[in-house]
Amino acid sequence: MREIFDSTIERLFLDLVTPQAVMSCEGGVWPEAMWDAIEESGFTLALAPESAGGAGAAWADVCGIVRLAGRFSLPLPLPEAMLANWLLGVSGLQGCGGRLTIGAQGTLRFENGTVSGEAIDVPWGSEVDFIVAVIAGDEPRVVLLSTYGVQKIHGANIAGEPRDTLVFNEVVPLATELLPLGLYDDVLRLGGAMLRSAQIAGALECGLALTTTYAGERVQFGKPIASFQAIQHQVSVLAEHTAASAIAAEAAFAESSNERLAEFFSMAAKICSSEAAGIGAGIAHAVHGAIGFTHEHALHLTTRRLWAWRSEFGSLTEWSKKLGYAACSGGAKEFWPAITSGQLHNLKGVPA
Amino acid sequence: MSIDQFKYSRIPPEAEAVRGEVRAFLADALKDNPAIRRANSWMGFDAEFSRKLGARGWIGMALPKRYGGGDASPFARYVVIEELLAAGAPVSAHWFADRQSGPQILHYGTDVQREKHLPAICRGEQFFCIGMSEPNSGSDLASIKTRARREGDKWVVNGQKVWTTNAHRSHYMIALVRTGENSSRNQGLSQFIIDLSLPGITIRPIKDLTGSEHFNEVFFDELVLDADALIGTEGQGWAQVTAELAFERSGPERFLSSIALIHTLIDAVGCKPDALQAKEIGRLMARLLTLRHMSLAVTSQLAAGQNPAWEASVVKDFGAVFEQEISELAQLLCDISPKIEGGSDHAQVLAYLTQMAPSFSLRGGTREILRGIIARGLGMR
Repeated sequence: MREIFDSTIERLFLDLVTPQAVMSCEGGVWPEAMWDAIEESGFTLALAPESAGGAGAAWADVCGIVRLAGRFSLPLPLPEAMLANWLLGVSGLQGCGGRLTIGAQGTLRFENGTVSGEAIDVPWGSEVDFIVAVIAGDEPRVVLLSTYGVQKIHGANIAGEPRDTLVFNEVVPLATELLPLGLYDDVLRLGGAMLRSAQIAGALECGLALTTTYAGERVQFGKPIASFQAIQHQVSVLAEHTAASAIAAEAAFAESSNERLAEFFSMAAKICSSEAAGIGAGIAHAVHGAIGFTHEHALHLTTRRLWAWRSEFGSLTEWSKKLGYAACSGGAKEFWPAITSGQLHNLKGVPA
Repeated sequence: MSIDQFKYSRIPPEAEAVRGEVRAFLADALKDNPAIRRANSWMGFDAEFSRKLGARGWIGMALPKRYGGGDASPFARYVVIEELLAAGAPVSAHWFADRQSGPQILHYGTDVQREKHLPAICRGEQFFCIGMSEPNSGSDLASIKTRARREGDKWVVNGQKVWTTNAHRSHYMIALVRTGENSSRNQGLSQFIIDLSLPGITIRPIKDLTGSEHFNEVFFDELVLDADALIGTEGQGWAQVTAELAFERSGPERFLSSIALIHTLIDAVGCKPDALQAKEIGRLMARLLTLRHMSLAVTSQLAAGQNPAWEASVVKDFGAVFEQEISELAQLLCDISPKIEGGSDHAQVLAYLTQMAPSFSLRGGTREILRGIIARGLGMR
């Protein structure tokens, strides 16, 4: 399934998600035709079970889609919609077609069958019709909410992607169910971290390709700057971080099942990719020189996303601290077994 | 080259199955080894320990059974060697034979050479060293001058190798030497299996900065070799060495050199780390997990018969940066001074690995050479 997904979505993105199209969406313009094409292909529902109206794909099948979304700077919440439909499906709810995203942060509460409070930093929150959120508490629950009529406060990350606040006031969910056992109320934050790690890997792939191409074309001192060792060594470091981010993301997707996300692997992927984002963007700009600093050049579509995505759904620092507390609480003797088993205990109940 | 060549590869269950047995063996065999000896794992030479591993079938285990190996998958071998390194076992004696000389003799050797060396390698009784660098040929390996000339059905070797780890304690060296008349650069090079007990060889240990003797200078003065000392094809030495380097550069020893310090650091920090300690330990844990994914991806390429020289260079350079960062992090996170005598386990391991760290980005190819290879794979040169 992976190859078909990858080739289909790549063809679609090559056609529709051009740098010009991405630039014209900055500030939160919803690209209608692009979304329709993606939805018609069924990708937003890929991870919902067939019984819930989805394709029943595995996480491993969709890692390439999310990486491609990052590589092309897709100005739409496709990764978020896939995560939302996975969570609906695993909770026993029907998948949701239409404009959909996730609300992973905020102050939502569930009282008397209605939802009140704020969902904050919602990707494309003002433009979607539905959001999926998890409401914390003794009995955490999944809710599918309509955004019709709720107050919307615009915000944007440093790439100009909408990150909006939605204010709910006694809104009856379209569907709700208790969060299944084995999932925790931070599941959307963890899932979001996993998505962003793959998007960062994709963005780094794009940055690496732009950088090697430019270095081969730009001539100074009578030869392409790619022939200078100082440039070669910087770009090699960019390639190393790109490879590391990509395989870390692939591992997180591959080890996540239809029932639960691979916690340790997802956190590790977000940690590695968040570190790589800063290093990689810096190298790409250094090699591109002044032209890469212009609005006209497409490099910033990638690098500004790298700077934005590394802090979304948990930064390097947030997830590193979680892993570090867990590693230290287990002591040295549990460190290596955690690496080889992919199971790190004590990830819950440590200070944030 | 493409980033996609790093494919996430799980260790198959049948290979994973050996892990428990290895762990149990090491827990017993190393129970009296202090932390400082564990830190010395890759440089720790213990012939008796190597023979014990050989008796268990854990050396040359991916070699064919008819030559004393175990016909095991490269992943089973990977499980064994990463457990050895993580536990700080003294593996230096047999390491080069297990990692590259054995596979090389299997691949390029004659039946006679295979029979002569492989069973003894697998028993942990024949130790190898690798003769590449020379006084004026370090990163520029293709400039080597050591030469073998034909005399009748013999070869006569003259020249000098240097930085040869374990030459003074090994039985054989696989050396890269020049055989072509008027050859230059990477043309006309050949490899020989040199019996280090022969006359005409002088081996002098060179003390490293800690005062230890691991590497050597080796002189060849009218050294006479039989015709069957040549391994592979005359004149094809460069291609053979290049293929060997993928084995040399991608294994877990390229990012686990400082694992003993991670262990003592975690115990020194204790179960209630402060925010900075937690953050940095978590970050290095994530990096280690990812490096292992990358190394296993190369292992699966090697298992499929590919030559992932580019990917191996990525693993080695990324791994060396990681290994070197650990002693710096230990300084940052704990106010414990390194000590070469007295002091806690952590203080001693920190002292040792702080001093060893510069070698991590020298041995097996310098950082600059690796980054040059990576850049070439990216089409930049």
